[in-house]
This record gives sequence, structure tokens and C-alpha cells, in this order.
Amino acid sequence: MISIDILLNAVVTGILLGSVYASLALGLAITFGILHIPNIAHPTLVVAGAFFVYTLSQWGLDPIVAALIGLVPFYILGVALYIFYSRVFERRGGANVLQSLTLFFGLSLVIEILLALGFGSELKSVSVSYIGSSLKLGLLTIPYRLLIPALLGPVMIGAVWLYLSRTNSGTAIRAVAHEERALSIAGLNPASVKRHAFGIATATAVVAGAALIMVGPVEPFAGRFQIGRVFAIVVLAGMGSIPGSLAIAVIIGIAEALVSSYLNPSWSPGVAFAILLLGLALRPQGLFGAAR
Amino acid sequence: MMKTRREFHKLAAATAAALAAPAFVGSKVFAQDKPIRVGASVSLTGPLASTKNGLIGYELWRDDVNAAGGLLGRKVELVTYDDQSSAANVPAIYSKLVDVDACDVLFSPYGANLSAPVMPFIKQRDLFMIGMFGLAGNDVAKHDKFFHSGPWGPNSGRDWARGFFDLAKGQGVKKIAIINADLEFSKNAAKGGAEVAKEYGMEIVFNQSYPPNTTDFSSMIRNINAGDPEAIFIASYPADSTAIIRGVKEIGISDKVKIFGGAMVGPQYGALLSSLGPELNGLVNSHTFVPEPTMQTPAIKGFFDRYTPIAVKQGVDPLGYYIPPFYYVAGQLAAAAITGSKSVDPAKMAAFLHANSVDTIAGKIAFNEIGDWKERRVLMVQLRGIKGNDLEQFRNPGHQVILDPPSLKTGDLAGPYNKARAS
Repeated sequence: MISIDILLNAVVTGILLGSVYASLALGLAITFGILHIPNIAHPTLVVAGAFFVYTLSQWGLDPIVAALIGLVPFYILGVALYIFYSRVFERRGGANVLQSLTLFFGLSLVIEILLALGFGSELKSVSVSYIGSSLKLGLLTIPYRLLIPALLGPVMIGAVWLYLSRTNSGTAIRAVAHEERALSIAGLNPASVKRHAFGIATATAVVAGAALIMVGPVEPFAGRFQIGRVFAIVVLAGMGSIPGSLAIAVIIGIAEALVSSYLNPSWSPGVAFAILLLGLALRPQGLFGAAR
Repeated sequence: MMKTRREFHKLAAATAAALAAPAFVGSKVFAQDKPIRVGASVSLTGPLASTKNGLIGYELWRDDVNAAGGLLGRKVELVTYDDQSSAANVPAIYSKLVDVDACDVLFSPYGANLSAPVMPFIKQRDLFMIGMFGLAGNDVAKHDKFFHSGPWGPNSGRDWARGFFDLAKGQGVKKIAIINADLEFSKNAAKGGAEVAKEYGMEIVFNQSYPPNTTDFSSMIRNINAGDPEAIFIASYPADSTAIIRGVKEIGISDKVKIFGGAMVGPQYGALLSSLGPELNGLVNSHTFVPEPTMQTPAIKGFFDRYTPIAVKQGVDPLGYYIPPFYYVAGQLAAAAITGSKSVDPAKMAAFLHANSVDTIAGKIAFNEIGDWKERRVLMVQLRGIKGNDLEQFRNPGHQVILDPPSLKTGDLAGPYNKARAS
């Protein structure tokens, strides 16, 4: 018999987890979904963001405040990464996907090693007063450890989406994905637009990192376990669909929570890929992507 | 002067013999001077890198042995490689250690997950190996030249956590829940635990595994509560251990639960002890060494007096209770086997360890036929009286009270769990 409180709590937990997944996937939705750069180092950048937040939290700062402080340095880091990527590949006549994958794979290894050297290999976590307590609403018991980071997802995604859809520079970012040459004719430098977009994507990593380290402890190699899920979210949402990535992440979160509650938690890692396969079979361009 | 072909061949043979002679004549001396090579893979990077503090144990042992004149008059040399915490790297590393580096003694990688791939190779090549924390690592291969440095045994697959179930039985527990990570060690611990629970007539009301790196256990904790157990046995890894302990605090657990924990990896390490602090109160968990009066000896104290400053300098776990002493013990076992058998022949070394007990910094160790310790020595400790997040408090007795085995016991179980948690 299905207990209503277990069902309700599973669904809410799934929504919260999905929202955290969406934060993790946002940067990839920009770099891979919009710019078509297969930045598989993004989950590792998220972990680097978590360590940035951890460092500032040692001085008594709240993780969210620490993440806001990290936006600028991570934006600059993203710009620097794109300049490197662009000089290595794009100026030499276009980036081969395999070469790009190799570059970002190597980058993620370098970041992991630097984090391990700098912070050691042990788990790091943040201590905040709200971690460990829960909000009780009738049958629902919602851990603040999930609730607070989950709220970051829609806020950040909403802000990025508003920027991309309501500002000229945001429109330029979306345009560069479709027709780079037309952007040049309009007098804009596509490389500059991409650099800015890559900076924004990397800046989201520090906020996602704050969410990640609030949910649970983090170690330098934690990004490896997120790669599959975040790619599934971006691809299934439809390349470049920012709100779609939130919706898909929540669907995956709920599905994982229900599978964990009613079937077997061991099956939950396969949920994202099962949904991906099913979704792509029904709609190859992604559930929220435009047909091209 | 002209030489015939025959004369030339004679001259060439004589020259070759003259050149080769020193090598044959001096070969005995050279072999005596050649260091004894001890090979191991260590997880310096990757998810298991928190175990790399074990390397300090190896190095302290090597330095001690060499300072005392080596083994059989030969210097001891460590040959180590980083396996990156990946089982895929292990077979190639051990092939190189044996075939290229010509190691005389092998130490296994850390834990069951990484040790499993090397066991068929060790068995096939009939090599001598000291196992490093691979639970039930030799239960399948049953290789007679494999010995555990950690206190696994006897019958470690089944009885590794028997102490937890003995304590539960002592509390009159009839219903138990078991959860475990989908990894070799946790699966073995949970499987053995389930067998012991059945042996003691306990009903297993919830028995489920979960994938590694699960971050939220709220659904599972609710399902456990629905089963109304009186004991909860958990076999988890560090990140999950943290999430489970926090999940229990967030969701709550029934007052009927008398004992909680068992085989949670993580609360043995300084990083988790410090980060979770008082949230660990009441937990009953496995350990290999704690600074309780029944375990403190001059030898182990001397080890930690040297380990701690090195660990602090290297930025690894400054407590180092769980792993590093047993890496030193591995060296002591190898040294005993070599000096006792006066040989580096695998068969002779293994025969010596099977026939003799060895004095180590962790006490006297004797082995059964598959290299398990003959005496059950995994500790079940209860964490108590933890205040704040200061790591130094864990160096004092009374915070990790030994409940089992009876020979090392320093206190009785405080329960039920919710009461012990709040104290």
C-alpha cells in the first residue's frame, strides 16, 4: 500500500533535488546547449566553486554570500578559459569536438589535482545553522539542507533566462549559436560574445557549488559523478533551452526519488538515462528544443 | 700478425669469458646487497585518496627497518604507484611491480574494491601478499600466501560486524533494518550482517542497497521508519555516512531504535569527526583503533607521536587512527615473515606466518588458513560526549567507548539511540 506521506515527501524531495541538479546543469546548458562547446569540465568547475565557498565559509561567511562573492572571479576564470580554448582551437579553423572534449577532460583533471593538492583529498563541508534542521508542513518534512540550495536553482535560472531573453547582449549570445556570420555582419564580435557567455556559464558554477556543498560534503573528485546527469538534462531539455533544463531536472529528480522510495535506490542512477532515451526517441530535438 | 679463423674464435671466447667472469664471481655479493623491494599501489588521488595517509605508515616502517640494519642484511626499498582509486589501474600496476620492478613482497591496494582485481593474479602467480583492509578479500581465492594487516577475521565475510549484532542481541532486538552502499566492502559487510541477524533470530524488516554518491537519504529513512525496526545496521562510505547522519537528524527516527550504525566508513576519519561533531553522539560504529585505555601501549603511542607531525605537515588526517597503524603493521608482518623464514621465498614466508604469531604495534596477530586474523578484533565503539567540532577531543578517552570485543571493552552501550544522540 502506498503511504500518502511517503509519496508526498518523495515528490517534494525529488523537486528539491531536481532544482539542485538544474543549478549544476545551467552552466553546461549555456556552454554546450547554446555555444556548442562540450565543456565536460563544468561539473569539476562546480566542485571548484564548492571549495571556494568552503574556503570563505571558514571565515564565517554564509555559503550563499560566499557564492555571490565568487561570481566575479569565476566569471573572469570563465573568460580566461574561453580565451585559451579559442586560441587553441577556434582561431585555427574551428574546433573539432573530439579535440574539445580532450581539452576539457584534461582541464577537469588539472582542476581536480589542484584541488587535491590545495585542500587535501578529504571531504569538506560547511556548517550553517540551518543545515540539520527541517521545515515541517503537515505531512511534509523538508530539510533546509535541500530547501535552501533548491531555491537557488530557479532564482539563478530565472535571472540568466531574463538576461538572455530581455537584454541585447543576451540576445547576441543566443544569436551566436545560430548564425555567427550574421552576428559579424551586424557589427558584433562573435568571439567577444562567446567569451562573455562562457564567463557567465562559469560564474554559475560557484552558485551551483554552494548548492552542492550545502546538500552534502564534497571532495575534489566529486564532479565525476555528476557529468552523466547534467549532460542528460541539457540534451533532453533541448540544446539551449534554459527553462527547459529546470523542468527536465525536476522531472529527473522526482523520478529518482520515486524509484528510490518505491523500487530500489540502486536503480536511481539509471533513471536520468532511461528518461533521456525515452525522451529522445519521442522527440529527438529534446523536449523543449526547437526543431531544426 | 695474421690469425686463422680458429685462433680468432678462441681469442674471442677467451675475451668474452674474461669480461663475463666478474659478473659470475661477484653475483653472490651483488644479490646480498640488492635491496628487498616491497611493492604497493596507493590511492594518492581519486575518491579513495583520503586513505593515502597509510603511506606514512609504510614509510615509517621502512625507515625503522633500515635504521635497524634492514632485513637479512639487505636494505628495504618501497616501490609505490598511484592507482588513482581506480580498480582498472590495479592489474597493470601489480604486473609491473612483479615483472619489471621485481618486488619481493607485495602489499595490496586499499580496500575490497581495489583488491578484488589483483587476487586472481596473486593466486595464479603464487605470490606473497599482505592485504590492506580488503574485507573478505581472500574468501573466494583462498590463497595460502595472503594475510590481512587489518583486524579482519576470523571468517571476516560473515563475522566482520558480529560485534554490532551481539550488542543488538544483548538489547533484545527482534527487528532490524539493513542498508548498504552498492560497493564491494559495504555489500560484504551487509551480507554478512544479514546472515548473523538471521542466526540470532532477528527479523530483517528493511534490507536495501543504494548507489554510491547518493546525497539524500530522506526517502530511505522514512521507509526504514515505516518498518519499525529496533536496530539499524548501515554499511556506508564517507559521503553517504554524512548524508545519513544528517538525514536522521532532519527526518527523525523512531524512539524504538536501540542501536544505530555498524559499518559506516567516515566517522573514523578526522575530517568527518570534526565536521559532524555532536551529530555523531550515540552512533555505534566499527573502528580499528581508538585511544581508549585498553588499547594504549607504548608501541602504538610511539607510532602516533611520529605520525601526527608528518600528517599535519602533509595535510592528511591528523588523527589517523583507522588506517596508518595497520600499514605499519603490514610492514611488521612482512619483516617477521622474511626474518623468520630467513628468505624472501613466498612459500617459506607464508609458512612462517601460518605457523607463528607476530608481535606488532597493534598487538599479537595470528592467522588462519586464508590469512584472516584468528581473533575477532574489529572494534564496535560508541561515540559519546562530543561537544563542538574540535578534533583534539577525539584524542582523549571516553569519546569513542569500546563496547566490543569484550577483551577490549571500556563501557556499556548507552541507549536507546535517540536518547544517546541527545546526550
